[in-house]
Amino acid sequence: MPDTGILPHLDLAPVKRRRGEALGAWLLTLPAVISFVILLLLPTLAAIVMAFSDFELGVWPPAWIGLENFTELLGDRGFRQSFANTVIYVGLVAPASVGLGLAFALLIEAGTRGRAFFRAVFFLPVVSLTVAMASAWQYLLHPTIGPLNTLLRSLGVAGPAWLSSSDTVLISLAAIGVWENAGFNMVLFMAGLTAIPRELREAAAVDGARSAWSRFRLVTWPLLGPTTLFVVTITLIRSIRVFDTVAVLTRGGPNRASETLLYTMYTEGFTFLRLGYSAAITLVFLAIVLVLMLLQTRVLDKRVHYG
Amino acid sequence: MEASRNWRIAATVAAYAAPMNSATPPGPDSGLSVERAQLSLGGQPILRDVSLRVARGEFVALLGPSGCGKTTLMRVVAGIQRADSGRVRIGGRDVTAAHPAERDVAMVFQSYALYPHLTVAQNIAVPLTMTRLNGLQRMPLLGGMMPGSRAARAGIQADVARGAGPLGLSHLLDRKPGQLSGGQRQRVALARAVIRAPGAFLMDEPLSNLDAALRVTTRREIVEVHRRVGAATLYVTHDQSEALTMADRIAVMQAGEILQIATPEVIYRDPVDLRVASFIGSPRINLLAAMAGESGEVRVAGHPTPLRSFARGPVTLAIRPEDWVMDAEGLPARVEHAEFLGDHTLVHLRIAEAPVVLRTGTGLRVTVGESLRLGFAPERALLFGADGRRIPAELREPARA
Amino acid sequence: MRDLPRLALLSVLGLLMLAPYIWMLSASLKPTDEIFRANLALIPERWAAIENYGRVFAQVPVARYLMNGVIVCGGILFFQLLFAIPAGYALAKLRFAGKEWIFGAVMFGLLVPPHVQALPLYVGLSSLGMLNTYTALILPSTISVFAIFLFRQFFRSLPDDLIHAARLDGMGEGAIVWRVALPNAWPAATAFAIFSVVAHWNDLFWPLIAVTGHEHATPALGVLHFRTDEAGDDFAALMAASAIMTAPLILAFLFAQRRFVEGIATTGLKG
Repeated sequence: MPDTGILPHLDLAPVKRRRGEALGAWLLTLPAVISFVILLLLPTLAAIVMAFSDFELGVWPPAWIGLENFTELLGDRGFRQSFANTVIYVGLVAPASVGLGLAFALLIEAGTRGRAFFRAVFFLPVVSLTVAMASAWQYLLHPTIGPLNTLLRSLGVAGPAWLSSSDTVLISLAAIGVWENAGFNMVLFMAGLTAIPRELREAAAVDGARSAWSRFRLVTWPLLGPTTLFVVTITLIRSIRVFDTVAVLTRGGPNRASETLLYTMYTEGFTFLRLGYSAAITLVFLAIVLVLMLLQTRVLDKRVHYG
Repeated sequence: MEASRNWRIAATVAAYAAPMNSATPPGPDSGLSVERAQLSLGGQPILRDVSLRVARGEFVALLGPSGCGKTTLMRVVAGIQRADSGRVRIGGRDVTAAHPAERDVAMVFQSYALYPHLTVAQNIAVPLTMTRLNGLQRMPLLGGMMPGSRAARAGIQADVARGAGPLGLSHLLDRKPGQLSGGQRQRVALARAVIRAPGAFLMDEPLSNLDAALRVTTRREIVEVHRRVGAATLYVTHDQSEALTMADRIAVMQAGEILQIATPEVIYRDPVDLRVASFIGSPRINLLAAMAGESGEVRVAGHPTPLRSFARGPVTLAIRPEDWVMDAEGLPARVEHAEFLGDHTLVHLRIAEAPVVLRTGTGLRVTVGESLRLGFAPERALLFGADGRRIPAELREPARA
Repeated sequence: MRDLPRLALLSVLGLLMLAPYIWMLSASLKPTDEIFRANLALIPERWAAIENYGRVFAQVPVARYLMNGVIVCGGILFFQLLFAIPAGYALAKLRFAGKEWIFGAVMFGLLVPPHVQALPLYVGLSSLGMLNTYTALILPSTISVFAIFLFRQFFRSLPDDLIHAARLDGMGEGAIVWRVALPNAWPAATAFAIFSVVAHWNDLFWPLIAVTGHEHATPALGVLHFRTDEAGDDFAALMAASAIMTAPLILAFLFAQRRFVEGIATTGLKG
């Protein structure tokens, strides 16, 4: 502030104003800050602390047991199975639903007719009550009365017991997961596609890219890079969270063949009330999510940046 | 004055008789041509029976206000858009149904449409890789191992370096478009367009995204590139100064129609249509409601003028701002406002309620509110009928006392 | 007609995507014995819609579930907006000490999935004796860092002059938020509302933890209860129940398709 001594009251105004602004800002953010601390920050920290304790509901006080929960996790066959199931499930759902989402988006954007209609059709699972639709899937996949196996029977094939055989249960759940996620990914890809200037595709055509495929390779795919990376990350995170279909359709069965991370965490915590152990699983889950996000930002900074 | 007494505006008559053929391009087999293109979108006519011919080596500017259909016409030539009817020929070949890639055209887009993920060199190389390498050879990683790929790629690289040199892009080849200035991007787009020596060269307002100073210098660059390539060049612009300075011929387009195709001089001096006359020229040409009497003598608000019209009834007298002269016998005018612009002055006046502009050297001094009498160089004056078409005119026999 | 292969392919894919809905509706109209006969006919031989849907309404409090769903989603959305809009405005437009910290907290919150806080929140609510209440269902979701982030991004694009003008007109910061910023933030608010309602209407994880019994059950829990308590192998009634619980959001979606898709796309891309 210039110390000229002239009209000092003019110099004071901004100070007063700034103080008022800061006060107002704090008042405006206060409700959010309080609820953030109580409902988000403290519980997260508490979950971390719990993971290092033997906290069980009804047993007080809990003891500090260091890394014991995590070493138990390592040796726990149930958890290892659950972890492996989650990896397989994600490995099936993510590529398929990303690929299908992109295919839907490209097919819809390729022409003018039927756009709104098909977009709505593919998007429907996103706004559908998962629990209810899981029941519909259960009927569809029912070993004896389900339409799918009835159809297979009429073709002379004996269909498996999709959801109650340990061989097919993960594949069946993954199919439902793909069905749920593809429309969501489609919408994200469509947003990404509209961000690509039409002139670029036209320039590619004039420059000699004759086939739709060569235009896709030259323009669409590279420019969709950031969108694709984002869609892949978000799909990975969404599919790691798989819970509803497992809880409704299989309860992790048969014989833990479909137990996944969040479901294991839920049963350990809320069925067996081993909160410390359950918190440790939560931290594993959190760590995976954080690593995925970190990878995304790294790749985004490095590769898909056009300056 | 004496010599021009029976002076006839001969060019006007010629233009009147054959408005579309004021300069016939040579050789129907080379260059590009559009024949009777029609296009409507959603019931709205965009192109109304448009025909146009650009000879090999010729530079034609397609000039018109925004929304007149000029960009659409260019896209029809490029094959990005299909016309409802009509034909397009490039290099003597009928390409009406051909894919853009098969038309031997190159285009500079208004937004340049550079591939943001490719370097300058890769951008320029795209038309070459698309034609010289097959699908397998273009594949990433694997493509390099395909037979013949290495030699072809080396050739492409050499050609890119050769093409980038004259445009001053040699030191920028490894940059991405996002790291370039507007002028540099524009030159990359030019380089990409001309790299494979196209038969037809299309440019859609390539200068509109540049600042004023750069625009003027880039004009020359584009003309030079055009001369070097020797292609039939079609250049879309809404900026008349670009069209006047760059083009061999100008096609003035309005509301989906080409009104006149002619050299810049003819477009300026001998417009066949009132819309052409008032679109070209800055400040705008002065339009005065006039009346052609029984013997064709043209009067403005009752005052006689030295012109005789070939038509009768209400006409429009059009006079360019620089064509006014002081004339004691002329039309009475009152000065309303003057703008000093350094090398010239624009004087705004009224002739019988109609606003007119006079452009003068620094010599003339006027004061606001002053009354003057304005005459005009009669061979420069233009007459238009009620339908906007040009009417031939001649100098009246001297009726002066 | 170059469009034909595309439309054909889309139709096949569309039918596959719609298959669960089609069979759900078909089964909900059939009598149980017909379902067990397992034929591929979509249209029932004998219509049993009234029976099936009647059984659902008779056995579980459908209206209660739906109303609970509305109360919970509405409550959550109300508090999310109430907390997030002023905070988003302050982060976007005001200068104050601690702003970086708050924004850092928002970014931290974005990284942590809501499942992480579930255990401690459950312990906390249970020790306060607040499980099995609407509070238990609503409270944990009242703070949405994502909403704060979204509104901050949105308010940043609001011209500063608009806010200066409001201040010169004598408005306080609070009045500016609700009377100047919010009316200009409708696109962001609707997008977020759709995102939030879809997420919480469909959520099973937290309601399963927070409440038991029918009284506070959300639609998702309702279907689950119906499955375990009543339905067993009564697929006809189960499909009817599923159809009823899915219908409200789907109908809302069909009425405001564009808004839904745009809402999910914008929130999806920023989240």
